[in-house]
Amino acid sequence: MSEKELGKKWDRCLADSAIKLGTGLGLGIVFSVLFFKRHTWPISFGSGVGLGMAYANCQNDLRSHYLQKIAASE
Amino acid sequence: MLRACLRGANATARNNFGKTRLTNLQHCRHYTAGETSGGGAAKVVAAGLVTVGGGIGGTILYAKWDNKFRAAVENNVPYSDWLLGLALGPPSPKSGLPIKKQELAQPPSMMDKQTNVSKAKSEKKVKEAAESPASEMSPVPIQPAQSIEEASAEATHIISAISEVTSVPAPCDTEGAAVKEEYKDCHEHQDTSVTAAVHPDTESPTATEPLKERPVEEVAAILAQQDQEEQDIATSVSASLEESLTSSAKATLQAIGAQEAALQAITRHTLKLKEAMEAEVPPQEKSAQWKDLEAALADRTGAVNDAETALSKANEALDSLKSVIDKSKGLKVSAVRPLVLAAEENLHNMVVDLDKVVTKVHSAESEAKIVSQYSELVNEAKQQFQREVSSLTPEIQANWKGLTGKLSSDDLNALIAHAHRRIDQLNRELAEQRVREQIHIDAALEQQKLEDQKALEKAVSTALQHIKEEARLEQERKLSELREVMEAEMRTQLRRQAAAHTDHVRDVLKVQEQELRVDAEQVLSSKMLEQETRYRQLSQEQLDNFTLDMNTAYARLKGMEEAIDSHVVAEEEARKAHQLWLSVEALNYTLKTANADIPTVPLEGAAQAVRDSCHDSDFALALSSALPEESLHRGVYSEASLRARFNSLRSLARRVALIDESHNSLYQYFLSYLQAALLFEEKQEAPPAQLCSEDLDPFKLLSYASYCLEHGDLELAAKLVNQLRGEARRVVEDWLTEARLTLETRQVVSLLSAYANAVGLGTTQAP
Repeated sequence: MSEKELGKKWDRCLADSAIKLGTGLGLGIVFSVLFFKRHTWPISFGSGVGLGMAYANCQNDLRSHYLQKIAASE
Repeated sequence: MLRACLRGANATARNNFGKTRLTNLQHCRHYTAGETSGGGAAKVVAAGLVTVGGGIGGTILYAKWDNKFRAAVENNVPYSDWLLGLALGPPSPKSGLPIKKQELAQPPSMMDKQTNVSKAKSEKKVKEAAESPASEMSPVPIQPAQSIEEASAEATHIISAISEVTSVPAPCDTEGAAVKEEYKDCHEHQDTSVTAAVHPDTESPTATEPLKERPVEEVAAILAQQDQEEQDIATSVSASLEESLTSSAKATLQAIGAQEAALQAITRHTLKLKEAMEAEVPPQEKSAQWKDLEAALADRTGAVNDAETALSKANEALDSLKSVIDKSKGLKVSAVRPLVLAAEENLHNMVVDLDKVVTKVHSAESEAKIVSQYSELVNEAKQQFQREVSSLTPEIQANWKGLTGKLSSDDLNALIAHAHRRIDQLNRELAEQRVREQIHIDAALEQQKLEDQKALEKAVSTALQHIKEEARLEQERKLSELREVMEAEMRTQLRRQAAAHTDHVRDVLKVQEQELRVDAEQVLSSKMLEQETRYRQLSQEQLDNFTLDMNTAYARLKGMEEAIDSHVVAEEEARKAHQLWLSVEALNYTLKTANADIPTVPLEGAAQAVRDSCHDSDFALALSSALPEESLHRGVYSEASLRARFNSLRSLARRVALIDESHNSLYQYFLSYLQAALLFEEKQEAPPAQLCSEDLDPFKLLSYASYCLEHGDLELAAKLVNQLRGEARRVVEDWLTEARLTLETRQVVSLLSAYANAVGLGTTQAP
C-alpha cells in the first residue's frame, strides 16, 4: 500500500532520530563527563550532532524517491 | 493569515496566475494615491456634477428627438425608461418602420377610394341629372368611405345590392347600373345582363320590366284567353241584344197594335160622326147614335192615349236598343258584328213599321179633324139657328121639333118669315160662295198644298232617313260579307302556309333523323368497342391475378419453410445466448462477493465459464480476455472498500500536499503539515464540468473526489485523483491502481452483460 509508505518512513525517521539523538546525547554526556570537565557544550554538541544526523537521515529517507539513481554499473 | 496569503500567493504563482491579484493590489494603491487635497475636491465634485447633469440632459433631449436612440438607451440602461418616461412622457405609437409603411400604404388607398367616389359622383350626375334618387344615393357612398375596412364593407354592400338590383326591377335600376360601372372587374357576367337591362330602362323614363320574348305557351294561352273573352263578350252582347231586341219588339208590336187600334177607333169615330152628321134617322135613335158617338169618342181618346204611351214605350225601348247596339259596336269584337248587324236591321224595320203606322194614324187623325171641323161647323150653324129661333120665339125652348101642336099662327108666320129671310140670306151666301168658289178652292188648294208639302217633306225626310239607314245597313252587310270572304281567303292562305311549313318541318325532321341515326350508330359502335376491350382487359387481369396469387402462394410457402428453418436456428442461437447470459450473470454476481477490505473471489472461474459459452462470438471472447489479470487471479475490491480507504487516504494526501520533486525537505514537510492543519476546505464539493487551472489545487481535487465517491462516481473520482502531483500522487498511487482495476473489471463485465442482453433480446422471438 503506497499510503503506508509514508507512515513507515516517519516511523523509521522517528526511530532513527530517537536513536541518534539519544546516542548523541549519551556520547555528549560521556564526553562531557570524561573529557570536558562537565561542560554543557559537549552535551548540546552531541545532541545537536545527533539531531542533525537524524534530520539529515530523515530528510534523505523522505526524499529518497525523488533522487535520480544512477543505475548500478555492473 | 499572512502565511495563508503567502501560501496562496505562492500556489498561484506556481500555476502562473498570480497577476490578477497583483494588479488588484496595484489598483488599490493607485486609488489610495488619488485622494490628495480637500479644497480641490469641491471643485472636482462640482465639475463632476455639472458633467453628469449635462450628460443626462443631453441624453434626454436627444432621446426626445430620436426615438431609436431612446429605445436603445431604454434597452441598455436600467431605470432609464422610468426617467425618460418621467421627462418626455410615454413613447409615441408612431415608432418603428412597419408602422410607417402602413401609414404610407394607407393614404394611397384612401386617395383611390376618394377618386372612385368622385368618379361615381360625376358619373351619376351626368347620367341621372333629372332623377331625384341620384341626389339621395350619391351622399351615401361618400360617407362611409373613411377607412379601408369600411370601404370594403361598403363595396360588399354595393355588390350585394347590385345582385339584388338585377332581380328586382325597381326604379333604382339606373342607379345600380351607374354604381356597377365602377366595380366592373368584380362581376362581369352581371354587367352584361344589367347593361342589357339599362338600355330599355333609359329609354322609358318610368322604369318597366325589361322586355323579353314571351314563350309560345304564353302566347297560346293569351290567345286562348282572348278568344274566351271574345266569346264571353259575344255571348253577353248577343244575350243583351236579344233581350233588348225582344223587349223592343214587344214594345213595338204593342205600339203598333195600339196605333192600329187607335187608327181603327179614329176611323170608327169619324164614320160614326159622318153618319151622325148626314143620316136622317128617327129621333129615338139619334140619342143612341149620340151616345154611340160619345162612346166612340171616348174609345178614340183612350185608344189614342194608349197608342201614345205605347209609342213612347216603344221609342224608349228602341232607344235602349240603339244604345246597346252602339255599345256593342264600341266593343270592336268581330264575332258580334253579324249580331249587331241583325239587331240594327231589326231596329230599322221596327222603326219603319212604327213610322208607317204613325203616319197612318196621323192621316186618320187629320181626316178626323176635317170631319170634326165639319161637324163643329154644322153644330155651330145649328146652334146659331136655334139661337135665332129662340130669340124669335123666346118662350119656346129647346127641342122645338117636338112641339108642332103648341105653336101659334103668329109664331108660325114669324117663323116662316124668318125662314124666308134666312133662305134669302142663304141664297145670297150661296151665290156669293159660288162666286168665291174658285178663290176658296184655290185657297183651300194652297192650304192643302202647303199641308201636302209639309207632309211630303216629312214623308221625304223619313223616307230619306229610312233609305239612308237601309243603305248603311246594306253597306255593313256587304262589309261583313266581304270580311267573311277575306277571312276565308286568309284561312286558305294560312292553311297553305301551314302545309308548306309542315312539309318543311317534315324534311328537316327527316334530315335530323338521318344525322341522329348516324350519330347513334357511331356511339353504339364505339361503346361496343369499348366493352370488348374492357372484357378482354378484365379477362387478362383475371389471368394475371391468378398467376400473381399462385406466385405469392409459392413464395409464401417458401418463406414459411425458411421461417421454420430459421426458427430452428434461432432457437439454437437463443439457447446459446441464454447460456452466455447466465455465465455473464454469474460473473456479475462474483463481483458482488467483495466485503469490506476483502477483495472479491478470483474471477477466473466465471471468466472461464463465459469463455466457454461464447465460442463463436469474437467480441465476447475479446472482452473476456480483456479482463485484467489481477482481477482474474486475485479479485477486485468493491467500491465501498475503496471509498473507505480513500477517506483515510485523504488526510494523508492533504498533509503532503506541498511536497514534490523540488520541495521535499523536512522544512517543507513541516510547512505542508502546517498547511494541512490550518487550511479548511469543503469536505465534499461538486466538481465542475470543466476543470480550470484553479481546480488543480490538491485540496479542491480531494474534496471533488470525495463528493464523487459519496455519489458513487468512482470513475470521476479516479480521474480527479489522477490529477494529484508530487508526493500526494505517490501516496494515492496504490489506491488509484486498485480503483483502475475495479473500474476496468466492472466495465468489461458491464459490456459483456450488455452484449449478452443484446444477444438475448435479439434471439428472443416476439410472442
